[in-house]
Amino acid sequence: MADKHWYTRHKGILILLPSLLLTAIFIYGFIGSSFFFSLTNWRTLAVDLSLRDPLWQTYAEMLAMPRFQADLRNTLVFTILFIGFAITIGLGLAILLDRQITGKGFFRNTFLFPYALSFIVTGVVWRWIFNPETGINLFFDILGINQALEAAGFDPLAPGWTTDPTIVFSVNQLLSHIWPSGNAFQIEWGIPVALIPVAIAATWQLSGFVMAMYLGGLGGISPHLRDAARIDGAGEFRLYRSVIIPMLNPITISTLIILIHVSLKIFDLVFSMSGVGPGFATDVPAIFVFEMMFKAARYNLGAAASIVMLVASSLIIVPYLMHTFKNRE
Amino acid sequence: MRINLLLVVLFLSACQSNNQADLKKQVEVFSWWTSGSEAAALESVLETYRALYPDVEVVNASIAGGGGSAARPVLQTRLIGGIPPDTWQTHHGAELMGQYVAPGFAASLKDLYAAEGWHELFSPSLIDMISNDGEPYLVVLNLHRSNTLWYNKPVLTEYGFSIGESLDIDELFEILEQLNTTDVSPMCMGDTGIWATGIMFENTLLGTIGPDRYLGLWNGTTSFMDTDVMEAIRIYDRLLDYLNSDHAALSWDQAADKMASGDCVFYSMGDWAYGEFIRDGLQENIDFGWVAHPGSDGIHLLVTDGFTMAKDAPNPQETLNMLRVMGDRVVQEDFNLLKGSICARNDCDRSRFGPYLQWAMDEYAKGVAVPTVIHGSAAPADFQQALNDALTDFVVRRNKEAFAKTLANEAKVSGFGS
Repeated sequence: MADKHWYTRHKGILILLPSLLLTAIFIYGFIGSSFFFSLTNWRTLAVDLSLRDPLWQTYAEMLAMPRFQADLRNTLVFTILFIGFAITIGLGLAILLDRQITGKGFFRNTFLFPYALSFIVTGVVWRWIFNPETGINLFFDILGINQALEAAGFDPLAPGWTTDPTIVFSVNQLLSHIWPSGNAFQIEWGIPVALIPVAIAATWQLSGFVMAMYLGGLGGISPHLRDAARIDGAGEFRLYRSVIIPMLNPITISTLIILIHVSLKIFDLVFSMSGVGPGFATDVPAIFVFEMMFKAARYNLGAAASIVMLVASSLIIVPYLMHTFKNRE
Repeated sequence: MRINLLLVVLFLSACQSNNQADLKKQVEVFSWWTSGSEAAALESVLETYRALYPDVEVVNASIAGGGGSAARPVLQTRLIGGIPPDTWQTHHGAELMGQYVAPGFAASLKDLYAAEGWHELFSPSLIDMISNDGEPYLVVLNLHRSNTLWYNKPVLTEYGFSIGESLDIDELFEILEQLNTTDVSPMCMGDTGIWATGIMFENTLLGTIGPDRYLGLWNGTTSFMDTDVMEAIRIYDRLLDYLNSDHAALSWDQAADKMASGDCVFYSMGDWAYGEFIRDGLQENIDFGWVAHPGSDGIHLLVTDGFTMAKDAPNPQETLNMLRVMGDRVVQEDFNLLKGSICARNDCDRSRFGPYLQWAMDEYAKGVAVPTVIHGSAAPADFQQALNDALTDFVVRRNKEAFAKTLANEAKVSGFGS
């Protein structure tokens, strides 16, 4: 009887224990060991766990590497482009589909379909689409656009897409004015042209998912509210701008969080579509981690970069989680 | 009760799989040879082994990916995790020594070399590159030459050029300059894999500073900031001006096809390109020709493939037998005819090989062989990656001073630079 009593009292903990244990080992334990490796001298296949002197030297070296600086820039630019495109297109599709058009189910599934694919598949397909020799550049010839341009005395259109090393809207000049030590950057801060096709491919894959999120949100808005707004004299545009989109804010925040962490961790799409790109124009931290760990065997450097990735994701996720918990209380 | 039954079943099946392992002996050969000619060449070796040892199961654990880029991560994980394959493919030099010998993953093959008399049959400079403290650790199957300058013969003839036995860098630039006014691209390149432009860099480096200074880069007596190295970087930078404009979208073999079809003319590339030309149906000395990369006549920039033996090989005897087969003369001849490279042994029958490979044998026989950094033989893996990264940056930004400074610094960090 006493045993049974004990069991009832601690049932919750007992049931949770296995998963707590696994989480402690396989998530927090491994985060801890990665952090530890990032502070050591382990940079060949021979394991060397002596601590570096000074302790943070690996991080200092990494931040001084032009490649890692380019990775940080690319992550930032990619996140903004990708999320901008995906949210706009996803919301647009959701609003269109919410308007009781014929074939709604068909379109919803069509737009959602890319989400079911693996990023590797998307990457390979879009790699061919944006191949400057065989991809959509051929359409510029087939549709006669290039012939028309040449006739008018312009150069034919032949974008290099993912092979184009140019950085547009460089802000280095501006940066050096407002932040003198910004000169320490060895790279151009701007939008790498080669990243745009990658952002398009990611948008193609995930805008269907954004649409589904918004469709769920739109379904939850009562028709009475719309009627009330219309009676108050709101036009369709005003109805969306002032009533419906503000009511979708919680959905927007959840979607943003999900998309940002996809974007911070992205590896497979970029790896299969463009690799590191010309002059690291499409390199991302996850590829850096992979190459430093497994090609260069610089385990400390790879671990340091993965810790930076973790911190970057936490900066987004932790405030969100705190906010959610606070609301529940 | 049900759980007990499950355990019994599990236990029985575990016993059974153990028994199966006892019944049939195995040898696991780990490589990155999966493409057409490579896979066929490897298969010819494994076939000979199977014929000699019919009761041993040969496990061909190959993982696709050029230069072992996908295979090495798997291998590293298996080695550190303590489940090594019996034997695995590696390049000679720093990759073998730093990755596998120094951490204690590879076993010495001293007894095998002594028993087979291989010290007489492989050249001393090669033995030296695979040995640590006088003990060899690798059986080398084939030798590739990295520093060859290929050219499309009909296109050059069309524009009125003919190339002799050798070409110096000024003559090359003169031809490139004149070709630049025509429709064809003077130089070929396909650097989606950055190592392809790295080959042109390393060939230019060797051709400009010579073998002794080149070797000095890897032991700290030459610095990447020295004037002759800077001159090599300047020449490489000039060569980049003559590339086909779509080089960043092509792989090295697509660039070889481009040369074969006459869209570009010169290609500084290792002789794995030779296999590509032959496959494209080109005739040696008629459709394409070759010289040593300017300045590197009589020097062989070596890219080798060889096999080690794991220190904790699960099947040591079978592994030794496999390595013995790989060192056999006829096996090496058959393998290299399929792979498009030359034998590591000195006594292969040269009449079985075509004009280019005979030329490569003669060049190798001159005795000056130096290791490649692009394929991991000259410097540790971390420097190899750093060089690839510096090249990725350089081909876009073309900052010669920053490039030299980065390399000098990385050499220091890696532990061999001065």
